[in-house]
Amino acid sequence: MATQTLDKLKARFGELAWTYSENAASGNRRIVVPADQLAAYLEYLKVECGFDLLVDVTCVDYLHYRGAKDRFGLVYCLANTISGERLIVRCFLNEPDLTVRSAVPLWEGANWMEREVYDMFGIMFEGHPDLRRILLPDEFAGFPLRKDYPLRGRGERHNFERITREKS
Amino acid sequence: MDVEVPENVVVGKLDALASWCRKNSLWPMPFATACCGIELMATGASRHDVARFGAEVFRFSPRQCDLMIVAGRVVMKMLPVLQRIWLQMPEPKWCISMGACASTGGVFDTYSVVQGIDRFMPVDMYVPGCPPRPEQLIQAIIDLQDKIQREGTLNAREFLTPQRQSEKRALLQILPGETVPRPKPLEIGLAGAPSSRN
Repeated sequence: MATQTLDKLKARFGELAWTYSENAASGNRRIVVPADQLAAYLEYLKVECGFDLLVDVTCVDYLHYRGAKDRFGLVYCLANTISGERLIVRCFLNEPDLTVRSAVPLWEGANWMEREVYDMFGIMFEGHPDLRRILLPDEFAGFPLRKDYPLRGRGERHNFERITREKS
Repeated sequence: MDVEVPENVVVGKLDALASWCRKNSLWPMPFATACCGIELMATGASRHDVARFGAEVFRFSPRQCDLMIVAGRVVMKMLPVLQRIWLQMPEPKWCISMGACASTGGVFDTYSVVQGIDRFMPVDMYVPGCPPRPEQLIQAIIDLQDKIQREGTLNAREFLTPQRQSEKRALLQILPGETVPRPKPLEIGLAGAPSSRN
């Protein structure tokens, strides 16, 4: 079943457009696809290859990472609930173009996960119905899981009214 | 001039009597956000039984409480809520900062975690530990009872209502139709940050 998916992908997108790798220890199977075609790959995987469950959407910032060529790695973890097959789809993004097509039209569950990626990394999801911050306050400026964001923040945690005994 | 005191009569100050009543009937507001909250529950449960010290009536409405127990880390999104609950509690009121996170931020020295609630609201008693044992919290309550008895109500903060109410409303910045005070817009670049502490 595993090779079947790859054969289908080869037939649809050709052999050179995407790369495949496998981690022998964990058994993770992953493909790296071009960012501008991410939505097409996801749609094909869902409709034709039976990946009906979107397990997770997350992102990695490769700034200062040894040997990394690209800045952000966007990760979609898919699963086929009929066959039990799992596949990790990744694409790489670089500033200033941090926009990909949203996966919400395919999987409703992508809604909050993509909002979290936007909240923490600033990746924009085109076609997302409600792309706003999910964890941080709306007034927050910056994207704190980027590696160039200072660990202790830029003073956000200090910027509050001080209530004393006299005031309260 | 001698005043004869009848039998079975004790003479004391009303202030001391009021303090004695208050210290033995603390109604805690459990602001439990993390694992300290579990210890707080254990403190209220039968094994440790904080009822022995008159503080067993946990209330989830700030209007009915006079002791806020902040148990756990407080993040920047939660702090306006915490402040609002504190302002909603009627006088007289006291605050226990329970555990390392509430007191100092603990191990969470990150952008989102407030580094000690005492930076933004008054605290009467700190409890060290991660999380503290229920015995430590009970000790803090006993110490707070001593403090309440010692300090009394001489300042009568709780009786100065009319003027104080308007000040409080201004502090909350309540706009029509809003239920939660709007946090001030974040000015990135340490505009409001105290310069002396990190």
